[in-house]
Amino acid sequence: MPLLLTEEQSMLRDSARGLISDKAPVAHLRKLRDGRDAAGFSSELWATFAEMGFCGLLIPEQFGGSGLGCVEAGIVMEEIGRTLMPAPFLASSVLAASALSRAGSDAQKSEHLPKIAAGKLLAALAVDEGAKHRPAQIALQATRSGNGFKLSGAKALVVDGHAAGLLIVAARTAGSSGDRDGLTLFLVDPKARGLTVERTIMVDAHNAARITFDNVEVDADHVLGEVDGGGALLENVLNIGRGAVASEMVGLSEEVFGRTVTYLKDRKQFGKAIGEFQALQHRAAQLYIDIEITRAAVLKALQALDTDIEKAAAAVAVAKARAGTTATRAVQEGVQMHGGMGMTDQFDIGLFMKRARVCEELFGDANFHADQLARAKGY
Amino acid sequence: MSDLDTFRRETRAWLDANCPPEMRKPMTSDEDTFWGGRNAKFASEPQRVWFERMRDKGWTVPHWPKEYGGGGLDGEEAKIVRQEMAAIGARQPLTSFGISMLGPALLKYGTDAQKKEHLPKITAGLIRWCQGYSEPNAGSDLASLQTRAESDGNDYVINGQKIWTSYANFADWIFCLVRTDPSAKKHDGISFILFDMTSKGVSTKPILLISGKSPFCETFFDNVRVPKSHVVGTVNRGWDVAKYLLQHERAMISGMGERGVGRPLGQVAADSVGSDEQGRLDDAMLRGQIASFEVDEAALSAAAERMVDLNKAGQGHPAFSSAMKYYGTELNKRRYEILMSAGGIDALEWESPRSKEGARPRAWLRTKANSIEGGTSEVMLGIVAKRILDLPGA
Ligand SMILES: Cc1cc2nc3c(=O)[nH]c(=O)nc-3n(C[C@H](O)[C@H](O)[C@H](O)COP(=O)(O)OP(=O)(O)OC[C@H]3O[C@@H](n4cnc5c(N)ncnc54)[C@H](O)[C@@H]3O)c2cc1C
Repeated sequence: MPLLLTEEQSMLRDSARGLISDKAPVAHLRKLRDGRDAAGFSSELWATFAEMGFCGLLIPEQFGGSGLGCVEAGIVMEEIGRTLMPAPFLASSVLAASALSRAGSDAQKSEHLPKIAAGKLLAALAVDEGAKHRPAQIALQATRSGNGFKLSGAKALVVDGHAAGLLIVAARTAGSSGDRDGLTLFLVDPKARGLTVERTIMVDAHNAARITFDNVEVDADHVLGEVDGGGALLENVLNIGRGAVASEMVGLSEEVFGRTVTYLKDRKQFGKAIGEFQALQHRAAQLYIDIEITRAAVLKALQALDTDIEKAAAAVAVAKARAGTTATRAVQEGVQMHGGMGMTDQFDIGLFMKRARVCEELFGDANFHADQLARAKGY
Repeated sequence: MSDLDTFRRETRAWLDANCPPEMRKPMTSDEDTFWGGRNAKFASEPQRVWFERMRDKGWTVPHWPKEYGGGGLDGEEAKIVRQEMAAIGARQPLTSFGISMLGPALLKYGTDAQKKEHLPKITAGLIRWCQGYSEPNAGSDLASLQTRAESDGNDYVINGQKIWTSYANFADWIFCLVRTDPSAKKHDGISFILFDMTSKGVSTKPILLISGKSPFCETFFDNVRVPKSHVVGTVNRGWDVAKYLLQHERAMISGMGERGVGRPLGQVAADSVGSDEQGRLDDAMLRGQIASFEVDEAALSAAAERMVDLNKAGQGHPAFSSAMKYYGTELNKRRYEILMSAGGIDALEWESPRSKEGARPRAWLRTKANSIEGGTSEVMLGIVAKRILDLPGA
C-alpha cells in the first residue's frame, strides 16, 4: 500500500481542514478557555461535525456511520491538532465508537452507535487510574452481585468524561493489578448511583474528568465483550486511540513548525532576519526532517491498524513514541525561537506546548512506547 | 583548628539558632520569595524573622562590604555561609535584582555617593529594582536599543519603551539603558542610568506569561526627567556597565533551580510512578533519564563552585558565565521536563486544590523562559564561540 493519501482521503482532509480552520481556529479554544465555558467545546460545531459525517467515521454504515478506517480518523485528528480544536471526536467517535463497533452485541450497537454517529450521544473511555498510563495495572474492581456487577474504584484523565452520556469503563473482574487477563469493559450510565464525575480543568484547556465509583451497579447485559477477556479488546481500542493522538501531534507539530519558520523570516535582529543565522537554520532543517519521518511512521501505523489490527502494535508504538518526541521538540523550538514573545499567553505558541504535553501523556508517553517495543522484541 | 574551621562551626551554630524551621523547607510558591521594596509584605512571620535576623547580621549579601550593610566576608567565608545554608535547606532571606544585578555593577562603576545612596537600601531590602534593557526591537541585539535620553540642563529627558521588564509593576527603581548619543556607533552611544519608577511619565503594563502569571511588563517613558548625576559610569560608555552586569545576571540565572536540595528527583518520581521490589523506579527509561540528569547536575554544581574560585583567583574568563548560563538553564528545563513526565496525569491539572492550582505545570512552563531571559541560549553559545574560542566570523 503506498504511504500516500488516496484521492478520497485527500478530499476528506480538505473538507476537514476547511471546516476546522474556518470555524475553530486557535482563537476558538482561547474563547472557550477565557470564557470558562461549561462544556469546554462548542456543541454547535459538534453538530456540524455530525452533519459532515465525521462523528460516525469509524462506525459501520448499517449503524449510521460511514465505515471508514483509522487513516481517515487520523486525517481528521491531524486537522484538529493544527488548530487545537477541543472536540469530543477522540473520545466519542474514535475510542468509544471503536470499542462498541468491535465488541458490542447487536442490541448494544443498535442502541448506541447511531446516536454516536449523529453526534447526539457522547461516549467516553475510562482507563487510566494512576499518574502514568499503565493499562495492565487497572485496579478498579467489578465484583459479581445479583444479576450483574458492582464497580468500585477511580479513573483519571477520562477524556471528555465531564460531558459523556455513556462511559465505557475498564475494570478488573479477575486476577490482580499487573495481570493482563481478568479485565472487563462495562457500559456505564454516568448518572448511575454511586458514580461521581469531577471535571478537571487541564493545562491545555481541553476536557477531562476524574470519576469515582462507589459500588456502582451495572447489569450483566452492560458488559461490552467478554467477562475477563476485555484485555485484548482494550488493547486494540487503545492502539486506535494512540494512532489518532499521534496524528493529532503530527498536525500540531507541523503547525507550530510552520508558524516558527514564518517568524524566522519576519523577525529581524542585528539588521537581518533571524532565519539568516545558521544556528537557527540547521535546527529548523532538523525539525523539518524529524516531522517528515514522524509523519511517515504515523501513516504506516494507521494503515497497519486498518489492515490487521492484531499485528499493528509495534507500528503503533513507533508512531506514538515518535510523535511524542517530535511534538515536544517542535513546541520547545517554537517557544525558544520566538524569544520573549513565545513566553506570552497572548501569543499562540504556548497553547501548542500545553496541548503537546497532554497528548504526550495520553495512552502512553514516548518512554512507555519505546519500552513496549523493547518488550515486543524480547529484550 | 584553622580560622575557617572555626568560622564554619560558628556559622553552623548561628544558622541553627536563627533560621526558623519553616524557612528550611523547599519553596513551593512565588510568595515564598521575599523581594523587599517599599511595598514589601511578608508572607509569614517566620519569613519576617528570618529576613530581619539575616539583615542585622549583614548576611542578606554576605560578601558585600559592611559599610553598605553586607557581611564583609571574603570569598572563602561567603562560600561557607552558602554551603551551611544549603546544608540545612535555608531559604534566601532576600531575593532581588539589586543584589544579583545592580549591586555588582555599582560596586565596580558607581561613584561613592551612588554606592552610599543605593547599596544600603538593597541589603536592607528597602528598594526593589527592575531591569530596563530589552525593547521590542532590541532583544538579542540589545545594543540597537532606541530609548532616548536627551540632555536638558542638569537633567536627561527620557522617552521610549522597554519590554519584558520583570516585575516593573512592583519595582521602586529601574536601572535602564538609554541612548545618549544617537549619532555614535550603536555600542558607543548608550548610557546606564538609574531612576525612580514613581517619576512622572513612567507607566507599566503587565504581560501575561504562558504559566498564567504576570511577572513582566511593557514599560513606557514619556518625558521622564532624571538628574544627570544618576548615570552610572561614563556617559556613552554604558555598554561596559551593561555587559558587566549581564555577567552577574547570567551567573545568577545559571544557578536557578534548587540544585541538590530537597528530595532526589528519582524519589519524587517514585511517588507517582512507583518502584519495583528492589526499590528501582518502575519506569526504566525515566530512571535512566533521571540518573543522567543527576550526573550532569552534580557536575554542574562542581563547575559553579569552581567558577567562583577561578574568579577569586583572577583566573576566570569573563565570558565563562555565558557558558554556565547556557548549561544551567538548559539543565533546569530538563529537570522540569522530567518532573512533568514523572507527574504524568496528575501534573496536567491547572486549577484544582489537589494540584495546588497547577503548581507543577506552571513552574514547568516558567522554566522555558530560562533559556531566553538574560540572553538566549543561542546568544550564549555565540559569546562562547566568539570570546572564548575566538572563532573566525563569530
Ligand atoms: C520571563 C522573562 C523575563 C525577562 N525579564 C527581563 C527584564 O527584567 N529586563 C529586560 O530588559 N529584559 C527581560 N527579558 C527579555 C530577554 O532578555 C529577551 O527576551 C531576550 O534577550 C531575547 O530577546 P527577544 O525576546 O527580543 O528575542 P529575539 O532576539 O528576537 O530572538 C528570537 C530568537 O532568535 C534567536 N537569535 C537572535 N539572534 C541570533 C543570532 N545572532 N544567532 C542565533 N540565534 C539568534 C534567539 O536566540 C531566539 O531564539 C525577559 C524575558 C523573559 C522571557
